[in-house]
Amino acid sequence: MITEQERSIFSITTSIYNWVRENLFSSPLNVLITLCVFPFAFYLFISSGDWILNKAEWDAITRNTRIFLIGQYPQSELWRIGTVAFITTNLLGISWHLKGVVFQRLSLIILVPLISVILIPPIFLDISIGLRSWFALVSMGFLLGYLLSKFQNLSTRVLLVSWSLSMIIDFILLRGIEGFGALPYVSTNEWGGLLLTFFLAIIGIMLSFPLGIFLALGRRSNLPFVKGACVIFIESIRAVPLVTLLFMTLIIVPLLLPEGWRLDRVGRAIAAITIFSGAYMAENVRGGLASVPVGQTEAAKALGLGPLLTTTLIVLPQALRNVIPAIVGQFISLFKDTSLVVIVGLLDLVGIGKAVVLGNVEYIDQQAEVYVFIAAVFWVFTFSMSYVSQIIERSLGVGDR
Amino acid sequence: MSSKIDKNYHIISFEDVHKWFGNFHVLKGINITIDKGEVVVVFGPSGSGKSTFIRTINRLEEHQNGKITIDGIELTTDLKNIDAVRREVGMVFQSFNLFPHLTVRDNISLAPMKVRKWSRKEATRISDELLERVGISDQADKYPAQLSGGQQQRVAIARSLAMQPKIMLFDEPTSALDPEMIKEVLDVMKELASSGMTMVVVTHEMGFAREVADRLVMFDEGNIVESGSPEEIFENPKNDRTKLFLSQIL
Repeated sequence: MITEQERSIFSITTSIYNWVRENLFSSPLNVLITLCVFPFAFYLFISSGDWILNKAEWDAITRNTRIFLIGQYPQSELWRIGTVAFITTNLLGISWHLKGVVFQRLSLIILVPLISVILIPPIFLDISIGLRSWFALVSMGFLLGYLLSKFQNLSTRVLLVSWSLSMIIDFILLRGIEGFGALPYVSTNEWGGLLLTFFLAIIGIMLSFPLGIFLALGRRSNLPFVKGACVIFIESIRAVPLVTLLFMTLIIVPLLLPEGWRLDRVGRAIAAITIFSGAYMAENVRGGLASVPVGQTEAAKALGLGPLLTTTLIVLPQALRNVIPAIVGQFISLFKDTSLVVIVGLLDLVGIGKAVVLGNVEYIDQQAEVYVFIAAVFWVFTFSMSYVSQIIERSLGVGDR
Repeated sequence: MSSKIDKNYHIISFEDVHKWFGNFHVLKGINITIDKGEVVVVFGPSGSGKSTFIRTINRLEEHQNGKITIDGIELTTDLKNIDAVRREVGMVFQSFNLFPHLTVRDNISLAPMKVRKWSRKEATRISDELLERVGISDQADKYPAQLSGGQQQRVAIARSLAMQPKIMLFDEPTSALDPEMIKEVLDVMKELASSGMTMVVVTHEMGFAREVADRLVMFDEGNIVESGSPEEIFENPKNDRTKLFLSQIL
């Protein structure tokens, strides 16, 4: 007699066997390629594993976790960062039951690394108890939100408002208010590390997306002036490297602003990132607009919908859905491009890495480790973004032809 | 049929209407009046201007010369007039043009809510009523792509009717359909005609024309070459082009 367990093991081994057969040894050429590539792949796997676990020294990162996460943000004000993180995970928990699986997957992407960091024993991961408890507290935020959503099912509209409000609250919390004792002002120049990377990316995305939509609509306008202005803007921005724009905004923006106004370094960097990314976004959106059949506009017109309603209710939703991959691709490159702000003297994640390596003699040998770590962090976030985009695409694809 | 027609009210009137696409003269001086409640079937070879004609009625195409008056409103560049006319005129397209990102119910209730400013409740009630009328009330929560062609076209008819139009335009409504689905759409149109709706239908479904139309209009090379009752056109066509065309499609 074969037991249930034996049978399931048997079926797993046959399915592995079948997979290997179909994918690696399906034809003489494939057999040859497999035999040639396998030793290299195996060697690469073993040696990188060996490097990560045995050879590499990770204390440049573990001893400086706080700096990598938030840069020079004053130690006495750490609770504000914690609160922001708490609010965010809390809202994620509350949004868990929202239609579609987007928020569920997003939560898992954030929670799994957080909880694994908490749970890895100190012998393997040498980070402070304080940081671990912060991570634990932030995870608790999620749990609280999740429980809340079980009792009180909030509507999509309420959640949308909450998310928008939380953005504003987050910003005020992080920046503080000048002359207000409880929340002393923290200049954005002191923000750094992952905090700055996130801040630049999120604000950049939130501003460049609508900018791109307006530019794309403007480019299709019948008014020659509007159309011309948009074309000139888009084409001249796309013709310039981001680095040049960063330098230009650093110098030109202060000249353009009225006297008495000032925009700090981070604000100027955001301006550069926004107009740069907005121009590319416009071209993506334009592609989407062109993909909507003209019959859709005609049907909307025939029903008596005006140009504004036709655009916002009929054309844009379809246009944007058709180009989600391109839009998310642009978000991803914006996220990675934030590392260029090093050039204008801001210390984002990459900038901090560079500073840690160059600033301490003891870590000078750990350059490779630091950059591997930074690459891994970027990979996790960009991969999550494209993963979430696939989910969104699938969940919006219900009405596909 | 003719009892429902109000011969004293020309709801559509064309006076010497011309249109060019670039150098191509599509409409060469169209003169026609259509009475309230009348069902007019427009036919003719492709490129004859019949589609352009029907699309000038709600100004999806603008005419360059002549005068078009719809329900007392003259179509000019005045956007207010155009909006007013479009609210009174429904249109059904060859390719359905349903909104793929909205459910069937939302397709129908969108315009009444946004243009007529009805409440969602009211609009939903109307759309469920109309779906019942076109015989697909069980599909309200589906997306257009999940329906057959015939069902999609019936939704499109319901969508236009939701605005409670005075005139319905049909631009080759069955040309994109598989043969077995044509009947279900024509049945809805017949029911609509008998309810007294003013209809202008571009179609080559001559069975439908014979049964439902009050008047047939033959287009050729941008002109109306002949018009008359189904009996006159089918039994005794006067124009040679009409004779030739009918012999080809019948």
